[in-house]
Amino acid sequence: MVEVLSGPTGRGSYSGALLEVENLHVEFHTRQGVAKAVNGVTYSVNPGETLAVLGESGSGKSVTAQTIMGILDMPPGKVTGGEIRFRGVDILKLPEEQRRRIRGEGISMVFQDALSALNPVFPVGWQIAEMFRIHRGSSRSDAKKKAVELMDRVRIPGARDRVNDFPHQFSGGMRQRIMIAMAIALDPEILIADEPTTALDVTVQAQIMGLLADLQRDSNMGLILITHDLGVVADVADKIAVMYGGRIVETAPVHDLYRTPAHPYTKGLLESIPRVDLKGQELYAIKGMPPNLLEMPSGCAFHPRCPYRREDCATAVPPLYPISGTRGSACHYWREVVDGSR
Amino acid sequence: MAPAESILEVRDLVKHFPLTQGIVFKRQIGAIKAVDGVSFDLHRGETLGVVGESGCGKSTLAKVMMALERPTSGSVKVNGKDITKAKGAELKHMRRNIQMVMQDPYTSLNPRMTVGDIVGEPFEIHSEVLPKGGRRKRVQELLDVVGLNPDHINRYPHQFSGGQRQRIGIARGLALQPEVIICDEPVSALDVSIQAQVMNLLDRLQKEFNLAYIFIAHDLSVVRHISDRVAVMYLGKIVELGGDSQIYDRPSHPYTQALLSAVPVPNPEGREARERIILQGDPPSPANPPSGCRFRTRCWKAQDICAKEEPLLQIRPGTDHLSACHFAEALDVVHVQS
Repeated sequence: MVEVLSGPTGRGSYSGALLEVENLHVEFHTRQGVAKAVNGVTYSVNPGETLAVLGESGSGKSVTAQTIMGILDMPPGKVTGGEIRFRGVDILKLPEEQRRRIRGEGISMVFQDALSALNPVFPVGWQIAEMFRIHRGSSRSDAKKKAVELMDRVRIPGARDRVNDFPHQFSGGMRQRIMIAMAIALDPEILIADEPTTALDVTVQAQIMGLLADLQRDSNMGLILITHDLGVVADVADKIAVMYGGRIVETAPVHDLYRTPAHPYTKGLLESIPRVDLKGQELYAIKGMPPNLLEMPSGCAFHPRCPYRREDCATAVPPLYPISGTRGSACHYWREVVDGSR
Repeated sequence: MAPAESILEVRDLVKHFPLTQGIVFKRQIGAIKAVDGVSFDLHRGETLGVVGESGCGKSTLAKVMMALERPTSGSVKVNGKDITKAKGAELKHMRRNIQMVMQDPYTSLNPRMTVGDIVGEPFEIHSEVLPKGGRRKRVQELLDVVGLNPDHINRYPHQFSGGQRQRIGIARGLALQPEVIICDEPVSALDVSIQAQVMNLLDRLQKEFNLAYIFIAHDLSVVRHISDRVAVMYLGKIVELGGDSQIYDRPSHPYTQALLSAVPVPNPEGREARERIILQGDPPSPANPPSGCRFRTRCWKAQDICAKEEPLLQIRPGTDHLSACHFAEALDVVHVQS
């Protein structure tokens, strides 16, 4: 999967995965205590590949992404362990100057809420052009020309006329396109999309997901899609990492995960969603509620809600058991989950 | 379905919000046509789902039905009496019969009131329903009905999670034993695993109390799960209305077809084969809707007649339910064709 690329960030011929997160731990020190948001997350992305990180609010999916980007507020946030390797180099150890070069050129990010992510007092063209002015030292007129090209590329109608418009003059879908234009401006190798369509209507969501897929195909980017929507994941992902309580509880290629989930949480989620193509009877509901990060349950974080729970689940933290070369499940009893006995 | 008794009759409902210019001498320069001629019936004990994109007027519709906004014209009859014309004591009395569950469980509960005060507030307003002495006990019963611990009556909203807060909102809606509950996006702020709990609760309460729901949501899968009939709205009008399988398995309006085909199905099998109707652009402004059919500017079937003649909501040849399209034609877009 790895291709030899060359470019301004010294894209060399590293032979491992493009981006590897290994055993990452992130904590937040708050007045109420220490919130362990990320507790040993490991995943990797290759060029052209789409990794979906699936999880509910508070599962640590966005914090992991923010740590990769280096935009986590520290303090209160603190990375207490692990590595994030981009082309084999641990970027957590790099000085801020070099991280800044990676941000935008190597790895860039699209945020959920485009209205609050864009600056309301600058025209959108100016904000897109900023990428070229600051990272590439382009002149104002050159940068603006490139901004128009980018707006065309993300299919904003009448880009030339709208380049001087302000964010509030655009609709939600168009604002998200502008965010995407900024993110792909410098041709990054990895694009992190954090809930890119959650705030949008379904017809617009379909447009934006289609646009992301086309851009990925054209430039062979690795895409990390962070979402809670099992439908969106089924549509675009190659592989999936399911997060719960700051840990990855299951990782699998997309078809395997939907066919035979190997973690009780994944299985419960799949059974609890209403379907547009089926009319079911009562929905299966996972009991209880997601864990409080300040008082994590002992052992497996999911055990208080788990129908497969045994005594040792409350004491022993399950590692990510390998099921096959590409799959893993952090459940002591994953075999029972796969067999379907409850 | 048997010809059930209508509990709510909405006829030609119109709500325009004026757009004004000038500060001292205000003059009207136009109107936002939020709801523009909506008619439907709601039967006792059934759920009518209302779907549509943001800005299509579904929340305004809810407000007008609750008599929180006065309509520009049209009527909303609850058990035969028009709530839009009611005033004073009569309106107050009618409101007992139609209650609402709001979208955001974080802002729709007063943080300074205890759960007991919140759920008991309807009894303060409608004090004739229940004497003071019995209220606390009744509130505890209500908490029990929605699956909360009755001992938590003295807690404050911030001590509960999102799903539990939504249950508090539902308990408040149930307090006066209404016949109709309007749910405006009741689960869209909740996590997936909590969403199922709240939907099952709504299902159970409907059976227990023979409630009729108007269920407003933008999530088509959620609406399908809970609804008996579904109305699809676009720019202030109902474009298609029918039973749940009529709408989801045999949609006949191009907008409904596009909407349904855009919903991601949580099953990766055959995802390459699934055909998508991707609409271009955004919905037009409700201040200046297109002439004739409002959907024609984004429709791939549009012809000259669509700009001239507004299609009425009626049963068209070859289809089995109401559709407002000159070229209505049933087409299954949800299931993967093999």
